[in-house]
Amino acid sequence: MDAILIQILNGLDKGGAYALIALGLTLAFGTLGIVNFAHGALFMLGAFGAVSVQQLLTISKRVKDESITFFDAYKEIPYLEIWWGDTGRMIIDYAVPISILFVIPFMLLIGVLMERGLIKHFYKRTHADQILVTFGLAIVLQELVKAYFGANPIPTPAPAVVSGSAPVGAFFGLGEDLVYPWWRLIYLLASGLIIFAVFAFLKFTTFGMVVRAGMADRETVGLLGINVQRRFTIVFGLAAVVAGVAGALYAPILPPDYHMGMDFLVLSFVVVVVGGMGSLEGAVAAGFLLGILQSFASMNEVKSIIPGIDQIIIYLVAVVILLVRPRGLMGREGVMED
Amino acid sequence: MTKKDTTNSGRRGFLKATAATGVAASAPMFFIKDGHAAAHGGMNFRNNPGKAKSIKLGFNVPQTGAYADEGADELRAFKLAVKHLNGEGDGGMLNTMKPLALKGNGVLGKKVEYVTGDTQTKSDAARASAKRMIEKDGVLMISGGSSSGVAIAVQGLCQEMGVIFMAGLTHSNDTTGKDCRRYGFRHFFNAYMSGRALGPVLKKEYGTDRKAYHLTADYTWGWTQEESIKQTTEELGWKTVKTVRTPVGAGDFSQYITPVLNSGADVLILNHYGKDMINSLTQAVQFGLKDKMVNGKQFEIIVPLFSRLMAQGAGDAIKGILGTTNWNWQLKDAGSQAFVKSFGAEYGFPPSQAAHTCYVQTLLYADACQRAGTFYPPEVIKALEGFNFDGMGNGPTEYRAEDHQCFKDVLVVRGNPNPTSQFDLLQVEQIVPRKQVEYPPTQFGCKLGPYKV
Repeated sequence: MDAILIQILNGLDKGGAYALIALGLTLAFGTLGIVNFAHGALFMLGAFGAVSVQQLLTISKRVKDESITFFDAYKEIPYLEIWWGDTGRMIIDYAVPISILFVIPFMLLIGVLMERGLIKHFYKRTHADQILVTFGLAIVLQELVKAYFGANPIPTPAPAVVSGSAPVGAFFGLGEDLVYPWWRLIYLLASGLIIFAVFAFLKFTTFGMVVRAGMADRETVGLLGINVQRRFTIVFGLAAVVAGVAGALYAPILPPDYHMGMDFLVLSFVVVVVGGMGSLEGAVAAGFLLGILQSFASMNEVKSIIPGIDQIIIYLVAVVILLVRPRGLMGREGVMED
Repeated sequence: MTKKDTTNSGRRGFLKATAATGVAASAPMFFIKDGHAAAHGGMNFRNNPGKAKSIKLGFNVPQTGAYADEGADELRAFKLAVKHLNGEGDGGMLNTMKPLALKGNGVLGKKVEYVTGDTQTKSDAARASAKRMIEKDGVLMISGGSSSGVAIAVQGLCQEMGVIFMAGLTHSNDTTGKDCRRYGFRHFFNAYMSGRALGPVLKKEYGTDRKAYHLTADYTWGWTQEESIKQTTEELGWKTVKTVRTPVGAGDFSQYITPVLNSGADVLILNHYGKDMINSLTQAVQFGLKDKMVNGKQFEIIVPLFSRLMAQGAGDAIKGILGTTNWNWQLKDAGSQAFVKSFGAEYGFPPSQAAHTCYVQTLLYADACQRAGTFYPPEVIKALEGFNFDGMGNGPTEYRAEDHQCFKDVLVVRGNPNPTSQFDLLQVEQIVPRKQVEYPPTQFGCKLGPYKV
């Protein structure tokens, strides 16, 4: 029972990350019709947003390190710590939550710039061209990050209060031994909130209504005198924000490195396809579904029956679902079929 | 009209001149090459420098990919070694190495130059870049690298091409075991030695009644390390609950760590390196494994192969964790201090174990050429085989003739719980003497192959 509960939690957690990335991806696809291979890079940029804020907060004074006598070595003491002592240390400790405040406007800007500067020139081109140019952009972004931050992962810890693990076992009355990292629980909660916010935004605001109408029939909405394009640009920015925040929150789970976006990209495309191209609900449902399946496939009991199943389960499920439902779980007719 | 003619004849003249220069430039090369062969007693070999005033070495390190930071540190060490060989700087370990044939005026009177390549931590890319350096740049020796997969691939190529390979950081038993080559040499220690060195310390710290769970990087190094550590711990009386292979670069290890939680194991052994080690260790700590009590005992994590660069990446997670390392900058012997001083003065921070092994390898190769009195590989190989030396940071060391593995003391280290500086991340727990980590040369199936290729 313990094992199953922890795998469900872990699956939900993974699923949360998959769903967030897939959500942004399918948002861009559903509105702009763009297959955005740079979406993983946006996730990575968000994570490095957290890294940057951490580095900004820890800008340090170089003090000669007296403990090293062979050569001149220097210790770095953050200015915040020098100026404000414990308060400064606490601000540094909360670097990741603080970074969210900066990542949101930053990613919105990046998203809008990306759409206006590059992607808008590719609306009329084939999907193959779009894939090539966005993939190229992803590589450029990666290399820029690598040139500045280096190739090794950079530890970006969560605040000390939530760096340990939560006694979920005791909470569910299942024994003291069962624990789960606090930050992963927070991630799960945050991904739920973000997904809810995106849906609420699209469902309950006029802006969202126009966007949904535009997704369904762009021409008619345009004929009504509404500038659909501008709204779609903003939606693209929103997709970038979702990816960026997902990345920034992910930084304490996995120390960010320049390649982290690519690792997620392929998976999130599978999620989008399984969910149904252009379907937001599908992307979220498929994200959680595949996360949980992957998590269960990793259990030793399962692996002893089918070795290596954890590596292929997602793709296996994708094949089966596409055979039975060629448009994916919640795919609409007519999307990407012309 | 006249003008046009002039232009035409000018162009023809240029073409003729170019052709003539081309012939002139290529023809003498043949004579020179034969001349060299005669000078070396009729021996001819690939990239023979002959009467040239300089020789070229090829440093093949990961400049991109997951080990790029290690590669960068290796490159720093190589540059420093070349400087010292050419008599520039403070000489570093040339002041402490014993015996020493080098004179600080290059090698056999020739200035040392170098070219670099990018292995990308991929076997095929590493081979391609080594091949380019051998064929295009004419290097006499290849060194560097930060992965056993790469080392074994490049070593095989070097044997085929008759160029000596001085391996960088590679820890798989196979590098000087079943995949050993006559032209390949390894100064770094291996997984078997890590196991032997760790054994007694594990027994003292964690007792003889333990249940171990392995997570293992799924390639040659991971496999051999898992095997060696398993062998050691089972000899202590530990049980192995489960060994799980993880793909290199898995990123999120939570799906591999959650099954550990209720497997009944009370020790987690991470046969991971680089990025994988940083991620798996950080996440294992996040899942509360460090504070867990299982079977009435404190749960323990072991990282058999440690590196300071990685300790930096893992932050606080590393504190208190046991492992082994080939070398640490805080060693107090004269050789280590000379190297750290020289490296620190040049770059402002201490060298990593990867940098150390690459620096030492370059000096060892150069010294062997000097002693052999030639760059002819079979002679240089004979000069390295069975060579005993000291003053290079690991105490008395021997390049074993039978498998080209260096035998020396091994360091058991612990993630420092109270670091006094940003570099003070590993504390040396014990220096395990060479005889405790020794094994017969046939143990891992090494057959070196021919001297002449």
